[in-house]
Amino acid sequence: MSILIDKNTRLVTTGITGSEGRFHTLRNRDYGTNVVAGVTPGKGGQNVDGIPVFNTIAEAVDKQGANTAMIFVPPPFAADSILEAEDAGIELIIAITEGIPAHDELRAFQVIKKNGRSRLVGPNCPGILSPDKANVGIIPATFFKPGNVGVVSRSGTLTYQVGNELALSGFGNSSIVGIGGDPVPGTDFIDVIGLFQNDPETELIVMCGEIGGDAEEKAAEFIGEHVTKPVVGYIAGFTAPPGKQMGHAGAIVSGSHGTAAAKAQALEAKGVRVGRTPTEVAQIAMEILGK
Amino acid sequence: MDLLEYQGKQLFARHGIPVPSGKPARTVEEAVAAADEIGYPCAVKAQVQIGGRGKLGGIKIAANKDEAREHAQAILGMDIKGLTVYEVWIEGASQIASEYYASIVFDRSAKAPLVMLSTKGGMDIETVSEEDPDAIAHLHVDPLIGFQDFHGRQLAFDAGVDADVVRPVGAFLKQLYNTFVAEECLLVEVNPLIITPERTLTALDAKVTLDNNSLFRHKDNAELRDLSGEDPQEKMAHDRGLTYVKLEGNIGILGNGAGLVMSTLDVVKGAGGEPANFLDAGGGSKAEAITSAVEVILSDSKVQAVLFNIFGGITRCDEVANGLIEAFSLLNPSVPFVVRLDGTNDKEGRQILADANLPNVYTEATMDGAAAKVVELAKAA
Repeated sequence: MSILIDKNTRLVTTGITGSEGRFHTLRNRDYGTNVVAGVTPGKGGQNVDGIPVFNTIAEAVDKQGANTAMIFVPPPFAADSILEAEDAGIELIIAITEGIPAHDELRAFQVIKKNGRSRLVGPNCPGILSPDKANVGIIPATFFKPGNVGVVSRSGTLTYQVGNELALSGFGNSSIVGIGGDPVPGTDFIDVIGLFQNDPETELIVMCGEIGGDAEEKAAEFIGEHVTKPVVGYIAGFTAPPGKQMGHAGAIVSGSHGTAAAKAQALEAKGVRVGRTPTEVAQIAMEILGK
Repeated sequence: MDLLEYQGKQLFARHGIPVPSGKPARTVEEAVAAADEIGYPCAVKAQVQIGGRGKLGGIKIAANKDEAREHAQAILGMDIKGLTVYEVWIEGASQIASEYYASIVFDRSAKAPLVMLSTKGGMDIETVSEEDPDAIAHLHVDPLIGFQDFHGRQLAFDAGVDADVVRPVGAFLKQLYNTFVAEECLLVEVNPLIITPERTLTALDAKVTLDNNSLFRHKDNAELRDLSGEDPQEKMAHDRGLTYVKLEGNIGILGNGAGLVMSTLDVVKGAGGEPANFLDAGGGSKAEAITSAVEVILSDSKVQAVLFNIFGGITRCDEVANGLIEAFSLLNPSVPFVVRLDGTNDKEGRQILADANLPNVYTEATMDGAAAKVVELAKAA
């Protein structure tokens, strides 16, 4: 099994006629993802390498049965696209776009929460990969094979780094989920860790956090109460100075809040072993699963 | 982006929030002219983004023209906790009956704006929250509904404001909330929010953080600058669209993706080195971006060795290698480079670097190995 995306995924990409949207949608299709539609307002009736393009997401749902949307439109229009997907009844919305205004993101999050019919992953995330089943987003799938380690991360390239260390140690993955580096992620560590806990194929959960916010601390509480599977943590930004935004909009230590040390402590207090380097994460995974 | 006090006050004024009238000045002459126009007594306030400037002599009251000149001379150019004062704000002195505190933060944990109000203004709110947490009233506002009048009353009663100002305080908070939303702020803080002897309200200070991602639709705000906080390398990087943070050490760092770069800083530090910067070359990392990034890193004279840590996803390692070769031909760096290429087209990238045979460039296969090597080179320099 895997979580969130698999062979039942029917993907629609918004912004499919842009260069990035097109490139990654076709890569996702090459991997085996069932891409059923694209949306670009005003370009309905065209196609992108055989993928039919519609003017609205509602049409893509109606005509092609899309159940998952990948948002690839530029930041000024991305929150609108997320809300359109929600309105069209899309179950899973994966927003890749980086740089969405925080207040836009907040409104989109609150609408999705209030209506309770869609899940948003991202924004500013690399997407989700369920090896050999489906890939939605920009994760370089060639490095990963199916297996029993579930990975959830706030950062794209760090996920590849940690995933690669795990792969070199012989591990495969049930799913790899990028939740994104923005201040208001649609899906948090807790949500994904809960899904991995209930996924029979996942035997070990790796979570990669970073400085800023309190998502890792909340995850620690959740793990202490609800998770029986082993969890290995990694936190980036131990040496980040306070008050400086380290690339991601969400990666900032405010005063004494959001430090890597505090996050690692919170996790360790709940029995989560935290690797100090990506290499150490793979070593701990080996010790736990006895490879 | 953090605004200076006076920029925050001007933004407040545009939304009808009462602030003392004032003028910014960058020279002593400008300051004196502003003081004359505003009238005496007036306050001469250093414009730097750091707390505690009053205690360090950064805020002075001038009773007349001579004092205004004297204070402006003393404050302009002074150093406050490492920041140079380039601007002062001259404003009319206010009469104070009570000092309150009001703020709205973008609470990412609760995923809603958090409004706070306290009658214990004028001091550090973190101290109040530690010593007397009940003295601060808190309220999360549903952003889909917005700030209603009852929110204002609830906060005012919870905080225990004087009975005669319950309504004005509520109205003030509503204006503050509307400003927070209209200008797309991540923080607005008024400390102190004063009640005058005539029982009117004035924002005596203003701390505002804007969302950089929204500046494209707030052209006026995008142009605001803080001269005091601007580091030359950070400015250069900003002008080139790179994500760069200056640090204290001597090892220049370049990577792709914020998380990986943060992780690289940690690993370098763990290996005994001191990073000179955070630089995320971003997804794609085309040759031009690499050249630009190398130039920014090397413009910091403290840098004695540079580490490239690339894990290719969207980024292709062959493009990074070509970018590095181009950067070398343009810049002829004198410090050693350690390059770690992994991921998409890594073999091609390494081959390109091997063929180019750049002077003083070392390739490493792993992140740990690359960190150890660059630390060794920096120590030998």
